[in-house]
Amino acid sequence: MFDNFPLWPARASTAAGNVDALFIFLLIVSGMMTLLIFVAIMYFAARYRHRRGVLAEQIEGSTPLELTWSVIPFFVFMVIFAWGAVVYFKSRTPPRDSTEVYVVAKQWMWKLEHAEGQREINELHVPVGRDVKLIMTSQDVIHSFFVPAFRMKQDVLPGRYTVAWFRAIKPGTYHLFCAEYCGTQHSGMIGSIVVMEPSQFEAWMSGGTSGPLSATGEKIFAELGCATCHRSDTQGRGPNLQGVFGKPVQLADGRTVTADENYIRESILDPGAKIVNGFKPVMPTFQGLVSEEQLNALVAYVKSVSQPVATPMKTAATADQNNDKGSGSQVQ
Amino acid sequence: MPDSTVVGLHHEEEHHPELLHHFAEPEQQRDAASFGMWIFLGTEVMFFGGLFLAYLIYRRLYFGDFGAASSSIKAGLGAANTAVLICSSLTVVLAIWGAQTARRSLMIGSLILTMLFGLTFLGIKGIEYKEKFDEHHVPGASFSFDHVPIPGHPDQYANPRHAEIFFALYFIMTGLHALHMIVGLGIFTWLLIMAWKGRFTPEYHTPLEIGGLYWHFVDIIWIYLFPLLYLIDRHR
Amino acid sequence: MATATIQPVERENYLNKHYGVGSWLFTTDHKRIALLYLISITFFFFIGGLFALLIRLELLTPAGDLVQADTYNKLFTMHGQVMVFFFLIPSIPAVLGNFLVPMMIGAKDLAFPRINLLSWYLYIIAGLMMVHCMLTGGVDTGWTFYTPFSTAFSNTKVIEAGLAIFVSGFSSILTGLNFVVTIHRMRAPGMTWSRLPLFIWAHYATSIIQILGTPVIAITLVLVVAERALHLGIFDPKLGGDPLLFQHLFWFYSHPAVYIMILPSMGVVTEIIACFSRKRIFGYSFVAFSSIAIAVFGFLVWAHHMFVAGISVYAALIFSILSYAVAVPSAVKVFNWTATLYKGSIHYDAPMLYAFGFVGLFTMGGLTGLFLAALGIDVHVTDTYFVIAHFHYIMVGGALMGYLGGMHFWWPKISGRLYPEGWARLAALIVFLGFNLTFFPQFILGYLGMPRRYFDYSHMPEFQVLNVLSTAGATVLGVGYLLPMIYFLWSMRYGKPAPDNPWNAAGLEWMTSSPPTTFNFETEPVVTWEAYNYDELDGGHKQEVKVAG
Repeated sequence: MFDNFPLWPARASTAAGNVDALFIFLLIVSGMMTLLIFVAIMYFAARYRHRRGVLAEQIEGSTPLELTWSVIPFFVFMVIFAWGAVVYFKSRTPPRDSTEVYVVAKQWMWKLEHAEGQREINELHVPVGRDVKLIMTSQDVIHSFFVPAFRMKQDVLPGRYTVAWFRAIKPGTYHLFCAEYCGTQHSGMIGSIVVMEPSQFEAWMSGGTSGPLSATGEKIFAELGCATCHRSDTQGRGPNLQGVFGKPVQLADGRTVTADENYIRESILDPGAKIVNGFKPVMPTFQGLVSEEQLNALVAYVKSVSQPVATPMKTAATADQNNDKGSGSQVQ
Repeated sequence: MPDSTVVGLHHEEEHHPELLHHFAEPEQQRDAASFGMWIFLGTEVMFFGGLFLAYLIYRRLYFGDFGAASSSIKAGLGAANTAVLICSSLTVVLAIWGAQTARRSLMIGSLILTMLFGLTFLGIKGIEYKEKFDEHHVPGASFSFDHVPIPGHPDQYANPRHAEIFFALYFIMTGLHALHMIVGLGIFTWLLIMAWKGRFTPEYHTPLEIGGLYWHFVDIIWIYLFPLLYLIDRHR
Repeated sequence: MATATIQPVERENYLNKHYGVGSWLFTTDHKRIALLYLISITFFFFIGGLFALLIRLELLTPAGDLVQADTYNKLFTMHGQVMVFFFLIPSIPAVLGNFLVPMMIGAKDLAFPRINLLSWYLYIIAGLMMVHCMLTGGVDTGWTFYTPFSTAFSNTKVIEAGLAIFVSGFSSILTGLNFVVTIHRMRAPGMTWSRLPLFIWAHYATSIIQILGTPVIAITLVLVVAERALHLGIFDPKLGGDPLLFQHLFWFYSHPAVYIMILPSMGVVTEIIACFSRKRIFGYSFVAFSSIAIAVFGFLVWAHHMFVAGISVYAALIFSILSYAVAVPSAVKVFNWTATLYKGSIHYDAPMLYAFGFVGLFTMGGLTGLFLAALGIDVHVTDTYFVIAHFHYIMVGGALMGYLGGMHFWWPKISGRLYPEGWARLAALIVFLGFNLTFFPQFILGYLGMPRRYFDYSHMPEFQVLNVLSTAGATVLGVGYLLPMIYFLWSMRYGKPAPDNPWNAAGLEWMTSSPPTTFNFETEPVVTWEAYNYDELDGGHKQEVKVAG
């Protein structure tokens, strides 16, 4: 109906419904508050307009009233806060077995790589009904991965990973924007998310690829000679990486950290920062020697040796979505 | 309009020469001046506060590297400067006491001593900067901090990039502090001239008091800078 | 209600006591300094407005066709920097505050008149640096200076802009310092804290923020400038730094800075509503303390600008809940203004129309703030036009409406002339309608997902209709702003001479001549009445005083 003049964005992810529900609740609450104040002002302004000979009645104030209109809004605010927090918490916590896509942002394009090895630029193909986790970093300045139809946004920072996730529920092509100002072509750093039916998606995925990302990582791991120290037994000069990912690691200085993506990344680029207990700081830095893409592949590899059960996208033919034909070509 | 609006003039029987027209009495003027200086020092605390915050965050992140970088500075020079500044604070107090008790020579002598201490501080600071410059520890293109072991971990070298952050903070913090010292010296030159001309009396010496407040504040900043920048991980 | 009595001979006042450029440039009279500020900030308002107009014109069509991408980026950057640092922050405090704070408390001047003049000179030096920066290429980092873009990637004049804002910060600090000392130490006999006009309370709260917040942005900009000039690594992740530290430091000032802009405006509106409903403000002490509460809580919510920036979920929860805490005192103010109208005797003069406009727009701006503080919604709408609309409702709908209302209210006192009432009411109406037409569509645009700082939306033609509405509104708004400028200037020459108290308003500033003499009062006033004693002014008696309890 409103093709050129939409008033509501497409609702294409599980998160979208949650955000919209809260948004509508807030529209109602704030609409009521606005109405209350506007009607009161207009009524008073008309009812008590200046009349000759009629003096204003001085009223000092009323503590009970003040308390009422402090406490009631406060409780309403707390409801909004709690609801907002729940929605946020969900949107920040990727489900355990999400499919992973690595995102590298640079001035002014998005480079995306599926765990299976498919690479895309400014475009991301995903199936309906699958949890997709984005592991994102930037090569230069801060960017922000924003898909309005998914109500999802996450800043993408240089020098570290940030994570976002979504589960698409409606086939179609949706806008991808960079939402953090990043220089000249900021408004050109856009793309699209193509949500497909699982069957179509599998057909798309079977296109040419250089193999899964973790396999690429394994190759780099070998080429860089990582395996000489990080051996799969306990004899290496570096820690054995099998089963490390996602587990707590005891450090030499007594701290304990979780071996997440950022820890693996830091250990490659700045090996001296967090030495594992019982090992010597002998590893050289790989800062400047590996690109962001190679780094992603290495992280994917370290993950793969910790996760016996891989969940690649191809096996993702879940049945909990409607089987509308065609992915729809209109950008929403 | 209520008839109580306007009440007669406050007659100012004796009008002190230093009393500015918009103040009712000298007491009010002195209060305003010192209160103003206290608020200004509040803004200074926030100004340095941003730097202390940055310092604390990176010190936590890169503790070993900060320790190594800190240990490369001669703590003796910093300690000497601390002593110099504490002495200067004493002479500032003596100068004010001199003004309060109308001891002119004590006041002027103490002011001169304060400024000499201030100059000594800057001189020692200059020696310290020169050393850092010679060692290529000034952040920038020629910075180098290779193969410096981390205190307590002789087999591990400090990360030069993190050491560079330490030195960046070191130069910005001590540099801004030194700038405050230079401003302080300017203020004290003016105070000295005023004192020489005999403008300060036991009744009126507000500039001396608020100038002194400023000087003490600059000292206190140093009291924090010294251990934070010079004494990280020295005990090993 | 304004009745002018024409005085045959102009009395001596602060305007005609001395003549000549020197008597202005070296003045220490707070009223003359206020006028110096008025002229300077109006200049910057028009520069910032021109940038806004170009931005809106570019967005009229989806394609980037009016200016180049780089030019557009500079336009929105400098629009923000000029409007925030060179117009909004000094606007009410440095003009109306400077003029009125000493008069309202019965003082001859601010505590430090020479520092007051110094702060104007600092402002001018900063302003000239900013103008020089604009003329020689400008800056394109966004007014937020986010690192590492500003320190390592932008190839525009970041250092110069940063230093300009650094210097303007000291101007702001000195103004705040002067106000706090003045309010503490210079009150006339009998002017107790509980008798202060709420305008003074608002300025007191504002000054606290200026004193404690501004130094932090100053040091942050020093670090940005040093990092850019010397290639340090404090904020650059390539060199081991943390770009989020910059954001924390930046918003630690820049969030409270919003309250520097809005609190004085709230003070103005409070005075106006009391006068034109002929009533004591409902809940005086609650309105006073809500200003202080806003100033204090305002310092604890900065990271709500960073919910998607990569901070931890738990930090986000804390900053979200604190943001709701700061919303309570703002709501309290709105309710008290509304309650003040109850059983009043309401006049519809132009200042009151601006005050009504303020309350309406501030309410909408404040309520949309609730959306942004809700974590789940913020993820979607942050960095979109929803945010743009929200803060323009607060900073333009709120702060600027209050500023204009205050200018009308006190113009007879400042200039000694009456402005044309009919034109003023028309302008108030035009501003209100133009404002809503400009910024309401942006809420919808934002929820649809249009990101801010986009100069080209040719791949999203569905955004055009709303953008056209917004641009149309902006032209209406522009007319609304030009009108007061014209008739104020006109009134200086042709306006009827103003009586000392044209509104029959309460407050010490109305008990002196219009315009006031250099030292404000012939004799030092002694205050024996409460603030807003409209019952006494109108000759009636307190009919039924409900004691707060």
